[in-house]
Amino acid sequence: MNEPVLRQHAEEQYAEELALLTAGDERVRPPGWRMSPQAVVTYLLGDGDKITPKYVGPRRLIEVAVATLATDRALLLLGVPGTAKTWVSEHLTAAISGDSTLLVQGTAGTAEEAIRYGWNYARLLADGPSDAALVPSPVLRAMRGGAIVRVEELTRVPSDVQDALITVLSEKTLPVPELNTEVRARRGFNLIATANDRDRGVNELSSALRRRFNTVVLPVTRTAEDEVAIVVRRVAQLGRALELPEVPAAMEEIRRVVTVFRELRSGMTEDGRTRVKSPTGSLSTAEAISVITNGMALAAHFGDGILRPGDVAAGILGAVVKDPVSDAVVWREYLETVVRDRPGWLGFYRAARDV
Amino acid sequence: MSERIYGIRHHGPGSARALLRELEADPPEVLLVEGPPEADDLVRWVADDGLEPPVALLGWAVDDPGQAAFWPFAVFSPEWQAIRWAVRRGVRVRFFDLPYAYRVAPPPSSPSTAAGPEEAGEAEESADGEVRRPVDPIGELAAAAGHDDPERWWEDVVEHRGVPVFDAIAEAMGAIRETAPDDPGDLLREAWMRTVLREERRRQQRIAVVCGAWHVPALTRAVPAKEDAARLRGHRRGKVAFTWVPWTYGRLASWSGYGAGVRSPGWYHHLFSTGDDVITRWLVGAAGVLRAEGFAASPAEVIEAVRLAEALATLRGRPLAGLAEVTEAAEAVLCDGEPLRSELIARRLVVGERLGAVPAGMPAIPLVRDLTATQRAVRLRPDAVERTRDLDLRQDNDLRRSRLLHRLRVLGVPWGEPAAGRGTGTFREQWRLAWQPEFAVRLVEAGMWGTTVPAAATARTVQRARDATALAEVTELVETCLLADLTGAYPAVLAALDARAALDTDVHHLMAALPALARTLRYGDVRRTDLAGLSTVTTSLLARVCVALPAAAGSLSEAAARRLRDGMDGVHRAVGLLTDGTLRGRWLDTIGALAVRPDLHGLPAGRLTRLLFDAGRLDAAEARRRLRLPLTVGTPPAHAAAWVEGFLSGGGLLLVHDETLLSLVDDWLTDIPAETFDDVLPLLRRTFGAFEPAERRALSERIAGGRPEGGRTAGDRPEGGRIAGGRTEGGRIAEPEVALDPARASAPLPLLSTLLGRRLTVTPTRQKGE
Repeated sequence: MNEPVLRQHAEEQYAEELALLTAGDERVRPPGWRMSPQAVVTYLLGDGDKITPKYVGPRRLIEVAVATLATDRALLLLGVPGTAKTWVSEHLTAAISGDSTLLVQGTAGTAEEAIRYGWNYARLLADGPSDAALVPSPVLRAMRGGAIVRVEELTRVPSDVQDALITVLSEKTLPVPELNTEVRARRGFNLIATANDRDRGVNELSSALRRRFNTVVLPVTRTAEDEVAIVVRRVAQLGRALELPEVPAAMEEIRRVVTVFRELRSGMTEDGRTRVKSPTGSLSTAEAISVITNGMALAAHFGDGILRPGDVAAGILGAVVKDPVSDAVVWREYLETVVRDRPGWLGFYRAARDV
Repeated sequence: MSERIYGIRHHGPGSARALLRELEADPPEVLLVEGPPEADDLVRWVADDGLEPPVALLGWAVDDPGQAAFWPFAVFSPEWQAIRWAVRRGVRVRFFDLPYAYRVAPPPSSPSTAAGPEEAGEAEESADGEVRRPVDPIGELAAAAGHDDPERWWEDVVEHRGVPVFDAIAEAMGAIRETAPDDPGDLLREAWMRTVLREERRRQQRIAVVCGAWHVPALTRAVPAKEDAARLRGHRRGKVAFTWVPWTYGRLASWSGYGAGVRSPGWYHHLFSTGDDVITRWLVGAAGVLRAEGFAASPAEVIEAVRLAEALATLRGRPLAGLAEVTEAAEAVLCDGEPLRSELIARRLVVGERLGAVPAGMPAIPLVRDLTATQRAVRLRPDAVERTRDLDLRQDNDLRRSRLLHRLRVLGVPWGEPAAGRGTGTFREQWRLAWQPEFAVRLVEAGMWGTTVPAAATARTVQRARDATALAEVTELVETCLLADLTGAYPAVLAALDARAALDTDVHHLMAALPALARTLRYGDVRRTDLAGLSTVTTSLLARVCVALPAAAGSLSEAAARRLRDGMDGVHRAVGLLTDGTLRGRWLDTIGALAVRPDLHGLPAGRLTRLLFDAGRLDAAEARRRLRLPLTVGTPPAHAAAWVEGFLSGGGLLLVHDETLLSLVDDWLTDIPAETFDDVLPLLRRTFGAFEPAERRALSERIAGGRPEGGRTAGDRPEGGRIAGGRTEGGRIAEPEVALDPARASAPLPLLSTLLGRRLTVTPTRQKGE
C-alpha cells in the first residue's frame, strides 16, 4: 500500500490479519458476515500472536457488542470522548462487512438526506421521479448491500433527523413514497452508532429510538499505568507530527497530569481515601494528551526546555474549569484538600494556585 | 454396608439438587453434616414451618458473648436441603465438624487458627497474611476452566457429563489436595470428622456424609484412629451455646469472611427454585424491578435481552447463559448501559432482599441476654406502662442508662423516646419509657449485628454510615456515636463524613456539620476516640467551607441571608474551639475577604464585620469607617438596616458589657450629623427595638451614667439626655463604686466553683475604681 493517503481504512491497514482470520475460520457465520462472531472478537482483542490487539479493555464489552450485532439489534456505543468509540466501530465494521466506508458523520447540520435518500435534481426535473434519480444515503446503500453502516456522534444530529432511523431499525425497510416503493434491507445489514452523553450540545435520543439500540458503555482506561502509557505514546507521536522541538518527556509531569485527571474524573483520590468533586468537563485521555503537548510547546519555546509544573498548570486549569463558577470551586477545593498536602507536589500546588 | 460421602459446594444450588437426588435414590440411616455438634439439638426446629431460611446457626461463648460465629443456611444450601430431607423422613442428623467449644477456648501452646469456611467472624481475622488453602475449591476449578460462575460450570460440566457427580468431584479434589498446602485448622477438623465417622460406622450400616468437597479426600483416606486421637489431645474446650437467628441475603453476600463466595444469593435462589425458562424468568423479573422504580422496560425489550443473553452464551461457547450473560444482556438492553440501573438489579435481584424468620419459641439469643443483664445492672426494668424518667448524666448510673437507651434506638428498639421538653442543662435528659412486645422480635432481628448491645449498635452504625447518602444523615450518626458512646463506630462514621462532605455541594450542610465536630474535638466527649482522624476531617471540612463560602454568598434573599449568617456564626464559634491557629487564620481570611464584597447581603456583611472586629482583625478606626458606610446616601435603606442588624445581632447584653464595642457604637451614633439622623432613626430603631426592655434600660443607664468626662464631647442630641462621647485615656470606662460585704459575697462561691470547675476564694483586695 503505497498510496500517499494520510490515513488508511481499517480494512486496508489490517487486510492481512483479516485474511488470516477468515481463512482459518470454520465456525458458523451469521448471514452476510465475513467471519464468525468469535473471529470478530479475536480481531478486536488480538490473540497474542499474529493478530494485534485493536482495543485494550474488558473482553466482555466487545463480546456484548458483537453478540448484539449478531442478533440484528442496532448497537449504540456510549462513552466520554477519547474512549475509542469510533475506533471500535470502525474495526467492527471492517471485520464484519469488510467495508468501513459506509459512514454518516453526525453534526448539528446533518440532514435527513444523509440518513434516508436525496434526489439528483437534474434527473428529477428531466425524467421525473425514478429510481435513477434517487441518491442513496450510506444507510440505504448498506441496506441494499447487507452491510454495516456507522453513524458517528448520533447525539449531535438534530432530534427530528435522528428519528428517521426508527423505521429503518424496527422495520428494516425504508419506504420511498415518491416512487411508491420501499428498500428492504438484506441480511447482514445493521447499524453502529456512537454517541457521548457527557459533552455539551447534545440532543438526547428519543426513547423510541433508544429502545431500538443495545447500549454498550466504553469505560475510561482502567489503570493509571495504562493511561500513562497511552499518553506517553500519543504525545511522542504528536510531537513528531507537529514537529515540536525535542523536550525530554518528563514522566513525572505526565504522571501528575494523568493522576489529576483520573482523580477528578473518578471523584476519588488514587489511594481511595479521599472523595473529591468532579468538574463538568469530561477530562478524557485525549485532553490529558493535549495538556502535555501544550506544556511541551511552552517549555520548548518559552521555558528552559524542561517540562515544569508551571508549564502544565495553566493547561490543566483550562481543561478542568469549563464552567467558570462551579468548576472553579471544584478545582480550588481539589488544590486545597488534596494537592496541598501531597508530598512532592508543592511546586505544582504553587504553580496552579498562581495561574 | 453403604457409606456415601457427598462433597458439596457450600451454598451451591447445583450441589443441593444433586444431593437430594442421591439421598432419594440411596436413603441413609444417619446423616452426618459438616457443622457444629453443639447444635444437634436445634435440628428439630427445621421441621417447624416458622423457621424460614435464610437463617443462621449462632454460636457464642457463654462467658463472653462477644465471641461468636454464624453458620448461615439459605434454602439453596445443600446442608439445609439435606437436613430438611432427613428431618421429614425421621432420619437421624448429626453435625460432625469440630465442636465450636474448641475454638472459643484459649488456644493451647501450638497456634491453631481453626477457621473453616463457615467460620464467619474468625475467618475474617485470620484471612490475611498467611498462605491459605482455596476457600471455594469448586469455584476455583470452574475459574480454571474459564467460567466466572461456578454454578453454571457445575451445570455445564459436572451435571451434563453423565458421570456420577459426587465421584467426579471427589476425584478432582483428591488431585488438588495432593499439591495444595494443608491448613492446620483443617487437619484438626478432619481428625474430628474421621473420629465421628468411625464411631457411627460401629452403630449404623447406611451412612451419608455431607461436607465441603475439600474435606472428601481426607475422610476417605485411611488414617489410624490413634493418630487422630493424638492430634485432638490437649485442646481445651470452652462453654458455648447455640440458637437459630434470622439472616438476610444481603448479609450472606456481604459477609466477606464467609469463604464460600456467595456473591449472588438471589441468583442462586432463582436457579434453585425455578425449574424451566431460567433466563426468561430472570429477565422478566429484572424488567419488573426496573418498572417498579419507574423506568420503562417493555416486554419487547425483555425479548431482545433474552436473545442477546443467548447469543452471548453461544459466542462464549456455553450451552446455557449464566449470570454474567444475563447481567450483561440486561445492562445493554434494559438499562441502556446506565450503571445505576444495573446496580438496582444487582441489589434487588442478584443479591436479593429476602429476610429469614425464626419461630417464637426459639431459645434466647445472646443479645437479649446481654440486654437483660445490662438492664439489671443499671436498674431499669422493662415495663409496658409508659412513664417518664429524668436522667442526670453526671451520675454514673444515669449515664449508663442514657447510653443503653441510645444504643437500643440505634438497633431499632425505641424503648425510650427522648421527651421533647429537654431541660436547659446539657447534663439532663428526659426519656419516655415504654416496653412494647414487638421489641422482642426486633431484638432477634438485631441479633445478626452482634451479641452484645454495644457491639450490635456499633456494627449497625457502621453499616448505616456506609449506606448513608446525605451529609445530614452522617452528621446525625456522629451525634449518635457521641450519645451512645460507640467509639468503635467512630472511624467508619468519620470516613463516611469525609466522603459525603467531599460530594456535598451545599455549603450550608457543611457548615452545619462543623460545630458538632469541633465540640467533640475540644471537649473529647467521646472517650478514647481517634482524635487524629477527627481533626483531619474537621480540618478538611473547614477547608471546604472556606472554599465554597464565597460562591454561596452571592445574591441572597432575606431568608437565605439569615440562614447564611446563622451558619457562619456556628462555624465561627466552632473555629474558636479549635486549637489550631492556622485554621483560625484561614477562616478569618475567608470572611475578611467576604465582608468587603459589595454584592454581599447586608445581614451577613454586618455580621462578618463584627466577627472580624471581635477577633481583632479590624481596628476601631476601620470598624468605625465600615459602620458609617451603610448609613451614607449611596446605600439602599434596606441594606443599611440589615447591615446594622447584622453588626449588632447577638443581643444588647453584649453591648452592655463590652466596653470597646459600646464606645465604638456610641462614637458612631454621635458622629451621625443631626440633619440625617432623622432619616436613619427608623433603621436604628429596627435594631435597637429588638433588644429586651431590660437590656435597653441597662444600656441607657450605662451610657447616661458611666462614662467619665474627657476626650471629645458630643453635640446636642435631638432626644436629649446627656451622652458622653469618647473614652478615657486608658480606653476603659470607670466602674461605679460599690460597697461589698465580704461575708455575704463569699456565700455563692462554692456553687460558682462547681460551675466553673475551679476553686474560687475571696482575697481581701482594695476596691476597684478611683
